[in-house]
Amino acid sequence: MSAARVGVVTFPGTLDDQDAARAVRHAGGEAVPLWHADPDLKGVDAVFLPGGFSYGDYLRCGAISRFAPLMEELIPAARAGLPVLGTCNGFQILCEAHLLPGALMRNAGLHYVCRDQGIRVETTATPWTSDFTEGQEIVLPIKHGEGRYVADPATLAAIEAGGQVVFRYTGGNPNGSLNDIAGIRNEAGNIVGLMPHPEHAVEDLTGAPSTDGRAFFTSILKKLVNA
Amino acid sequence: MNLDTVKRAADTPDERQPYAELGMKPDEYDRVKEILGRRPTGSELAIYSVMWSEHCSYKSSKVHLRQFGTKAPQSDALLVGMGENAGVVDIGDGWAATFKIESHNHPSYVEPHQGAATGVGGIVRDIMSMGARPIAVMDALRFGGAEAADTRRVLPGVVEGISHYGNCLGLPNIGGEVVFDPCYLGNPLVNALCVGLLRKDQIKLAIAPGAGNKVVLFGALTGPDGIGGASVLASATFEDESHAKRPSVQVGDPFMEKLLIECCLELYQADVVVGIQDLGAAGVSCATTELAAKGTGGMDVRLDLVPLRDPSLRPEEILMSESQERMMAVVAPDDIDAFMAICAKWDIPATVIGEVTDSGRLVMTWHGETIVDIPPGTAADEGPVYERPFHEPAGQAALNAASPADLPRPEDLRAALLQLLGSPNLASKEWVTSQYDRYVRGNTVLAQPADAGMLRISEVMPGAEETTRGIALATDGNGRYARLDPYAGAQLALAEAYRNVAVTGAVPLAVTNCLNFGSPEDPEVMWQFSEAVRGLADACKTLGVPVTGGNVSFYNQTGSTAIHPTPVVGVLGVIEDVAKRVRSGFTGNGDKVVLLGETGAEFGGSEWAHVAHGHLGGLPPAVDLEAERALGRVLTEAASRGLLTGSHDLSDGGLAIALAEACLAQGVGCTVSLTGDDAFVDLFSESASRALVTVRPESFGAFAELCAAHEVPCYGLGTTGGAALVVEGVLDIPVAELRETHTGALPALFG
Repeated sequence: MSAARVGVVTFPGTLDDQDAARAVRHAGGEAVPLWHADPDLKGVDAVFLPGGFSYGDYLRCGAISRFAPLMEELIPAARAGLPVLGTCNGFQILCEAHLLPGALMRNAGLHYVCRDQGIRVETTATPWTSDFTEGQEIVLPIKHGEGRYVADPATLAAIEAGGQVVFRYTGGNPNGSLNDIAGIRNEAGNIVGLMPHPEHAVEDLTGAPSTDGRAFFTSILKKLVNA
Repeated sequence: MNLDTVKRAADTPDERQPYAELGMKPDEYDRVKEILGRRPTGSELAIYSVMWSEHCSYKSSKVHLRQFGTKAPQSDALLVGMGENAGVVDIGDGWAATFKIESHNHPSYVEPHQGAATGVGGIVRDIMSMGARPIAVMDALRFGGAEAADTRRVLPGVVEGISHYGNCLGLPNIGGEVVFDPCYLGNPLVNALCVGLLRKDQIKLAIAPGAGNKVVLFGALTGPDGIGGASVLASATFEDESHAKRPSVQVGDPFMEKLLIECCLELYQADVVVGIQDLGAAGVSCATTELAAKGTGGMDVRLDLVPLRDPSLRPEEILMSESQERMMAVVAPDDIDAFMAICAKWDIPATVIGEVTDSGRLVMTWHGETIVDIPPGTAADEGPVYERPFHEPAGQAALNAASPADLPRPEDLRAALLQLLGSPNLASKEWVTSQYDRYVRGNTVLAQPADAGMLRISEVMPGAEETTRGIALATDGNGRYARLDPYAGAQLALAEAYRNVAVTGAVPLAVTNCLNFGSPEDPEVMWQFSEAVRGLADACKTLGVPVTGGNVSFYNQTGSTAIHPTPVVGVLGVIEDVAKRVRSGFTGNGDKVVLLGETGAEFGGSEWAHVAHGHLGGLPPAVDLEAERALGRVLTEAASRGLLTGSHDLSDGGLAIALAEACLAQGVGCTVSLTGDDAFVDLFSESASRALVTVRPESFGAFAELCAAHEVPCYGLGTTGGAALVVEGVLDIPVAELRETHTGALPALFG
C-alpha cells in the first residue's frame, strides 16, 4: 500500500513548509510539494497550507495568496470535500478565500507573540482531529501578529451552534480572539484552520516542549488510509 | 547635462570638490589625486569617500585587529578567516558553519524599527554570500536605563524591527542579550548575529575572476536610501536642490530578502555562480571594487543599466545608495540564461550591468561616457591606515581604586535576591523574546532563555540526514567589566560565551566579535579599544578558538561622553550528537545540584553593586583561562557521557541568580547548602569559570572523578525538587514568587 499523499503548499514568503512536510513524513505520509504558480494539485489526498508571510502580507494577510493559480484548483476541490488544513498564514488564506467564515485581525496586544500555548480540543469531528479526545487539553506553539479571530455576531453564533469551533485557547487568550477561538472548521468539517502550529510540536528534541501536534497528522493519515 | 566625466576631470584640475563634506581629510583627498594622476570625478570621489570611511576601511582599528591573525591559535576548523563577508568553520561530517555579528547602532537610534530591521537583513546577506543557507539569528542589545523615556521609544522599536524582519524572513531567533545601562541612552547598541550552513566544499567568495564573465546585479531596485553623503556631490555638481534632502536610514523589505535567500540557494545548487557579494554599506561602490580587486583585476560596468526605483538618481547617488536586499554575482556567459531563469522563478529582478576584464581597472560608464577609471584595489584594500594615539584614561586609576569592598552589605539576603532578580538586567526578557519566532524551520533544539541557542543540522538541508551533529551559539559582553579593565573585560566576555556554549554540551570552536566603542579620535577611547583587542586576541589564543570575523563600531558617544567599552563576543560550538544536548536549569526532582569552580569575594562591576548601590569601581572578576578551559572540558565530556541532567552558567548576579533561574526553567525547586563561610559572597559574587550542573545521584561518583581528573573544583550543594528555592539557614522563596518577580519587571516598564 502506498503512503497517503499530503500536499504542502509553498507561496512566495511561506516559511513553515519544511516543518509541515517533515511532520507529514514523521507520521508515515508522503509530503508532496505544491507550488503556488502551478495550478496542479498533483492528485494529493489532502492539503496543508502552512504558515509564513505569503507575498510579504503587505496588503492584508492572505489577501493576495487566495488569487494564486494553485488556489483556482484548491478552492473547488476543498468545497467538494478534499481535506484541507491551514495553520497561521494558511488559516488567514482560508478565511480570505471564504473557505472558512470570519477573519483574523491584528493581535489585541499589538505585538507579535511566540509562546507555548494551552489549547482545548472542542471537537474531534474533523479528519484532522479524530485522534484527539473531545475536551482534551494540549500545548502547541503560537507565533503570529495577526491572529485575533473575529466574525459578525450572526456568524459567530452559527459556528458556535454548529460545533464549528475546533480549538479554544486556555490559560489566557493571547490575541483577543472572540470566544477564545483558536481554530474552526467549515460546516462539512473537511476544512480546518487554526492559528497554532501543530507542525512545531511533533518531536522531543526540537520545537515546542510538547508532541501534541502529532495527532493532527496521525488523524488525517488514518482517515486517508481508511477512506 | 553637466556630467563629471574622466575627461572633464582631467580638463578641470582645479575644480573645488566637496571631499570634506564626504568625511575625507585633505591628505586623503590628495592621495586619491596622486593615485589617479588627476582629480577624481564626482563618481570616483563617491567611491573613495565611502570605501575609505571608518566603517568600510577599518582605518583606525586595522593596526590593532591584526592581532587576531598574528595571535590566532592553531585550528584545523578554520576554513575561511577574517577579511571575507563572514568566517567559515568546519563542523565535521563534510559540513561547515559560517557566522558573524555586526552592529547597526547609529541607524537604530535614529529610527529604531528600520535601523534594527535592516541590521538583521544586512548580516543575513553576509551569510548568504558565503554560499550558505542562513539558519538562525541572535541579537545582542544595549539600551539606556530601563526607566528612561527615550528607552521607551528605542527599545520597543528595535524589538519590533528585529521581530518583523526576522520573523518574516523565516529565521529562528535563538538567543542574545538585552542589557540596560544609562551609558547607552544616546547610543543604543544593536548587534545582530546570523549563522548559516553549507557543504564545506561549496564555499562562495567575493571574487570576480575570469575575463568575459558577466556581472549581475539582482534583488531589489536601487533607490535613494542612505545616501546622505552622496547628495552633497549631486547637489554640488548639478545644482539640484531636490537631491539634497534624502533619508539617511534605509528601509527593509524582508519578503524580498526571503525570496533572495531561496533564489540564491537555487543558484548555488545549479552551480551558476562564480563569485558573489552582498550590497551593504557603500552599495555598488563596495561590491564592484571588492569583487574586482579580488578577481582578475578589472571590471567594466555600465552604471546606467542599474535598475532604479527613482529614475532621477545620479551616478554618484547610485554608487553610494544603501538600498537593501541587493546582491551582485559574477556569472559565466554560458550560465547567464540559467541564472536569469532561476531569478525569474523567484520574481527577483536581475540585470547584467558589466563584465570582468583583465585591464586592472574598474571602469564605469554612464550613457557611453566614462565616469570612473580607477585601480579597484586602491579603493578596496589600500585605504588609509591610522596609528591613532592612545593613553590610559585620566580617571582610570581612581576608578580602579574605588573598590566595592566597603559597600554596605544587605542584611536580608532573601530580599537582596529578589531585588536583583526583578532588576531590568536580570529580569526575564520574555517581553522581548516572545516577539521573535524561535521555532520556524523546526531545527531549534535550545533557544532563549537557555545559555546558548542550539540547532540540529540533519534536517536543515537536503543531504544532511546522515549527521547527528548540532551547533551551539552564545553572545556575551559586559560593558561594566570592560570599563574597569578593557583587557580583562574582553576576556571575560569571551570566557562567558565560551562557557555558555560548553554548558549545553557543545565544544567551543570559533569566535566572532562586535567591538562597540566611542570615538577613536579620543586617545582614552583608543586605549580602551587597544586593550580590549589585545585581551581578546590573547584569550582566543589560550582557549584555542580563532576569531573568524566581526565588526568594529566607533563613535558611540554623545558629545564627549563615550559608552562603556562594549566588546560583544559570539562563540560557536559543535556537539557531535545533538540528542545529548544538556537542557538549561533543573529538569527533574531528586538530582544532585553541583557547583563547579571556585568562588572569591569579587564584586567589582557586579550586578549587585550596580543594583543595590549604583556603584561601579574596583576591578572586574579575575580571569583564569586555564580554569575556563578545564571547566569547558568537564562540561562537554560529561554531556557526551550522558552524566548531566541539566546545567546553567554562573555570571551576572552569581550563584543566587543562577539558582533562581535554574528553578524557573521548568518550575523545579531545590534545597541547597552553601559551602563557604560568608553566605553573601557565596550567593552574589561574580567569580568567573563557574557553572551549576545537576547529575543523578548514581552518576555523581563518576562525575566527581571527571572533575578531579581535570582539576575542576566540584561542590555538591544539595538536591532538586519541591516548589521553592531553599538555601538552608539563609532563605526560602517559593518558585511562584521567583516567577512573579522575574517575569513582572519588563512588562511593568514597557507595557
